[in-house]
Amino acid sequence: MSIAVNGSAVKPPDDPRVSLLDLLRETLHLSGTKKGCDQGACGACTVLLDGQRVLSCLTLAVQCEGRSVTTVEGLGADGALHPLQHAFIEHDGFQCGYCTPGQICSAVGMIGELRRGVPSHVTADLAAGAIPHSREELRERMSGNLCRCGAHNGIIDAIAETYAETTHAEAAE
Amino acid sequence: MSIVGKGKRAIQGAAQSVMKKAVELAPDSLLPGGRPDPLIRRQHGQIGRPVSRVDGPLKVRGAAPFAAEVALEGMVYAALAHSTIAKGRILTIDAGRAEAAPGVVLVMTHRNAPRLAPPPRFLSAAKAAAGDDVPVMQDDRVRWNGEPVALVLAETQEQADHARSLIRITYAEEPAATSLATAGAHEVGTFMGEPLSAKIGDAEAAFAAAPHKVDAVYRTPPHNHNALEPHAATLVWRDGALFVHDATQAVAHTAWSLARIFGLEEDQVHVSSPYVGGGFGGKTLWQHQILAAAAARLADRPVRIALSREGVYRVVGGRSPTEQRVALGADADGRLTAIIHRGVTPKTPHSAMPEPFILPTQSAYAAKTIALEVRTCDLDLVANTFMRAPGEAVGTVALECAMDELAEQLGLDPIELRLRNEPETDPVSGRPFSSRNLAVAYRLGAQRFGWDRRNPVPRSRREGEWLVGMGCATATYPYHRMPGGAARITLDAGGARIDVAAHEMGMGTATAQAQIAADRLGLPLEAVTVRYGDSSLPGVILAGGSQQTASVGLSVMMAHRELVGELLKLAGNDSPLAGLGAEEVESADAGLRKLDDPGRFESYASILGRAGRGELVVEGSAPMPLETMHWSMHSHGAMFCEARVNAVTGETRVSRFLGSFDCGRIVNPKTAASQFRGGIIMGLGLALMEETQVDGRTGRIMNRTLADYHLPVHLDVPEIDVIWTDIPDPHTPMGARGIGEIGITGTGAAVANAVYNATGRRVRDFPITLDKLL
Amino acid sequence: MTPFSYLRAADADTALQLAGVHARHPGAGHPGVEHPAAKYLGGGTNLVDLMRETIERPGTLVDVTGLSDRIAETGDANGNRGLLIGAAVRNTALAEHRLVRQRYPMLSRAIVSGASPQIRNMATVAGNILQRTRCAYFYDRAGSRCNKREPGQGCDAIDGFNRMHAILGASPACVATHPSDLCVALAALDATVHLSGADGERRLPFTELHRLPGDEPGRDTALEPGDLITAVELPALPLAANSAYRKVRDRSSYAFALVSVAAALSVENGTVTDVRLALGGVAHKPWRALTAEQALRGQPATEAAFRAAAAAELAAAQPLRDNGFKIELAQRTIVAVLGELAGHDRTGDGA
Repeated sequence: MSIAVNGSAVKPPDDPRVSLLDLLRETLHLSGTKKGCDQGACGACTVLLDGQRVLSCLTLAVQCEGRSVTTVEGLGADGALHPLQHAFIEHDGFQCGYCTPGQICSAVGMIGELRRGVPSHVTADLAAGAIPHSREELRERMSGNLCRCGAHNGIIDAIAETYAETTHAEAAE
Repeated sequence: MSIVGKGKRAIQGAAQSVMKKAVELAPDSLLPGGRPDPLIRRQHGQIGRPVSRVDGPLKVRGAAPFAAEVALEGMVYAALAHSTIAKGRILTIDAGRAEAAPGVVLVMTHRNAPRLAPPPRFLSAAKAAAGDDVPVMQDDRVRWNGEPVALVLAETQEQADHARSLIRITYAEEPAATSLATAGAHEVGTFMGEPLSAKIGDAEAAFAAAPHKVDAVYRTPPHNHNALEPHAATLVWRDGALFVHDATQAVAHTAWSLARIFGLEEDQVHVSSPYVGGGFGGKTLWQHQILAAAAARLADRPVRIALSREGVYRVVGGRSPTEQRVALGADADGRLTAIIHRGVTPKTPHSAMPEPFILPTQSAYAAKTIALEVRTCDLDLVANTFMRAPGEAVGTVALECAMDELAEQLGLDPIELRLRNEPETDPVSGRPFSSRNLAVAYRLGAQRFGWDRRNPVPRSRREGEWLVGMGCATATYPYHRMPGGAARITLDAGGARIDVAAHEMGMGTATAQAQIAADRLGLPLEAVTVRYGDSSLPGVILAGGSQQTASVGLSVMMAHRELVGELLKLAGNDSPLAGLGAEEVESADAGLRKLDDPGRFESYASILGRAGRGELVVEGSAPMPLETMHWSMHSHGAMFCEARVNAVTGETRVSRFLGSFDCGRIVNPKTAASQFRGGIIMGLGLALMEETQVDGRTGRIMNRTLADYHLPVHLDVPEIDVIWTDIPDPHTPMGARGIGEIGITGTGAAVANAVYNATGRRVRDFPITLDKLL
Repeated sequence: MTPFSYLRAADADTALQLAGVHARHPGAGHPGVEHPAAKYLGGGTNLVDLMRETIERPGTLVDVTGLSDRIAETGDANGNRGLLIGAAVRNTALAEHRLVRQRYPMLSRAIVSGASPQIRNMATVAGNILQRTRCAYFYDRAGSRCNKREPGQGCDAIDGFNRMHAILGASPACVATHPSDLCVALAALDATVHLSGADGERRLPFTELHRLPGDEPGRDTALEPGDLITAVELPALPLAANSAYRKVRDRSSYAFALVSVAAALSVENGTVTDVRLALGGVAHKPWRALTAEQALRGQPATEAAFRAAAAAELAAAQPLRDNGFKIELAQRTIVAVLGELAGHDRTGDGA
């Protein structure tokens, strides 16, 4: 069985030690997914696995057989930028750009969780069906993605703007 | 040092002081910055516009190739084994199992490493790039816990990592100095060739006699840069020349230094580093690039070395801890009669500097007497190095907390205390300030932050479990411009390309310099490209000391001067510009025009076309940075913090922060705001959570992961407000001063002062973790 | 990482078989495990990291993420309704489950205060339970001594950096803490663990799963080699509807607990009728605070009573060089959480 990476079938590695991150970066040359710590502490390697955001550094590539992986290279359609990518540029949501693909993939996964009603550490009411898209919620939910340059404000601005106007119908896509 | 050495240094010192005096007394007009840059007057140009980053589309798509992402044909992967003792000798190395492991190409140790010259350590030569000058894998000596002792090359990273784990090394351990308690003698530190001490009057006597005084000791721990991109290089030898795809903030320095180490000509080393995933002072030349290049030569294969996160902590030094005494004496009006700022910070025998924490105090306040001193001692650790605002970041913590303590004692508003002690001229050097508007920054900041709502009585505001307080502090960082700036302009009918060996690590250099060059050349922004991050380009321009804006800006100004001269020559007698000298024209509308008669104009395209030239290439070099010896040149900021401290758990949350800056003219408000915020956020980390834990028994860094070394996460970062005076400095290129480092200064003290106002607890031992507030 | 072979199991029997575990005959003395070097792999969020650090070096990895990821309601004849949680349920799925949020809010709260969203999307319930300590000396195989990693080697944490370490139930051999948040809630909720192994299927009270270090710190749990966690069962526990989890840490998110408190409280007419209390970040295992619970039952639901109970629980605490503050912090946090559950105003003092 193969792994679907941004829609293309990819053969799993022969060496089971190869992480999904290293498969992407070293074998497929999809180096948009970054290695910041290789131990699950920074979020730079965040990708979407069957639509859920995960850390590719702690995922063995062989575990992804039969599953679908979306990386930053697969976010925009037909070479165009994803709206969130536009917003990151507009709000200066990065400086060096190294944590950026992970922040963007994480935000795409995050917004799905938020709309699904997954509670967070700062959600006041666990019973509430809809969770407000407050800055505090966004900040807590993005806390698994470190940024050392200090682009935090711009990142949250970009996410808040991109997803403020969208409706539930669009969320279902 | 030998007697001859001492004599030499004395002569050099004497010559330097004569030179300094001459520069101080020279008329302004003879100095760089003596005549204001014409761009300061220029309105409605690109400068001052919030232009989005030119490298943005590449970076948001993950398409910018960083050093570990360049693929070379036949490349092998490196893994490092690190020493596990702080000092001693390697007795045995058993590499047999590693050499026999699948995929292994080479195991390199001191026994088979090629002979190399020691790395040129920072400041030892103009282009020295290394954090230390320890010989790299040349002998059986171990100098710090974590020093690389073996390198494995294998066909895949997995194979290299596994083989590395099979190497067995035994040591003969020797006593090591790994904590202040075990360190040897303390001596006065030197920084950039100058002793870290200053003395105006008899400060101890004035302090003893002062009616109001504060005398306290503040401690800051070691810090690590922790750029998100771990250090990496992908490199190859071709025909005896070395090509390095590096992650560095010093391409020219690195190329020169590698050439020295490997016994090559400078032009035989090519360093390319167009994208750097954060630097903060840490991305210079360390052992990994040297070891990878040595192994590549031995194995005759291209090599990728990507340090693990642990590897970064073991191989790359950070900021040293400090123990600072600040004693302030004041009269009844709050005028300072004495400032004493002295203390100790360890370094290593092989590092370039002691953390110069007295720097911010040198030009801070108009005290009648001043005594400053940094003492240092040597420890057997990885070499400490420059980290964002070396000196100022931690020096302002002590000084500005002490000012807050003094204000409370005097019953004065902390801002008022600072304004009462604003100096007319630099209190230590006596030089005039080039531009100093701290009072304006305070006024603007206080108003916007709502400082008047602060209750000066600590612990007087509570919201549920949370105690709320406000604090402020002064931020400061000098204007630097290092020697070596140069740039090339290539002009053609379509526009211009600027070539400069500068760096873009996220500061916005590429964007800001394109804006500046567009205004300088009178071109639309789209017609200007900036090439940078490559040692083959002109200039020796360290991305450090917040100096790139000035260094590149002035280099381009000088190149532009050459360009105008060449264009006028090409224009000849048939041009509307005929007969005009370079001083009589300016660039505008993609051409040259007479300053006082804009009708006399000819476009670049027309000049080049008539001359039958496809392009015109000129290069310019920046003069020596004498302006910093003539004026006291500093940026300032007024930092405001609102902190909430949980009365139950002692947890601190910063709920509001504002930085009001006086940094000259702001070139790009969008990227500048990000730079300010970035510095402030690193300052929040310094204030509340960052500490490199060095086990004093072994000299081993124990929190060598990003799970254990805490950086601020999104939830720790409130919306940070940044504003600026935008008052141009008349003596700097574009009227701008660098802004990369000032944000981290003052922030730690502003937080600590807010925590004090919230709780009544004065924490002087950083970071302010919750246990200190229980 | 040391080379290994990777196998995938879709159910518990296959997992045991692939791990080389054979049914042991009653009374037989020999171990029923063929490959003690086999390990079960869940989300990988801890095991993959430990393998990269070569602290874990399994010869075989049996991927058990294909086991049950169902959360099913259980019930007995009396209408007591609990939950049966499959071992492969991801942390996020458990935290967001409607019944968990309604009936065991402390469990949702505990999960979402742990790690990061990405890790919670990956980590399985069983994997979270079996994660190992984050003690830096345990992790530093090359350069530090650790009895948990290498029995008899010595412990560098006892006299080293031990801010994160245990104040309760530690031993001279080991002062490590269990890092899980989820487990603190499971300890408070009287959960039961379903196991499958050489001895067939069996159940274990959750509080008996993790061990105190004693002189065998290498053993984190009471599991036998080859044992596989197949499910976790939550009993009906009506008071858990009034429950909370509070975590205190060195930054506001994405950090391990210095101290955490899971509590459920039932108060009638101002008297504590029932209580569940567990602490995280203080011991080698999730610390069920039975002493405090006993001290509270039947007492008035006052801050003074909470304080006394917390003090009783922490009376046996033994601080190390860097973690003495945890004793006070744990007591304050207990009092605050119980106060909140009792509906007291949010006040407190100290600081």
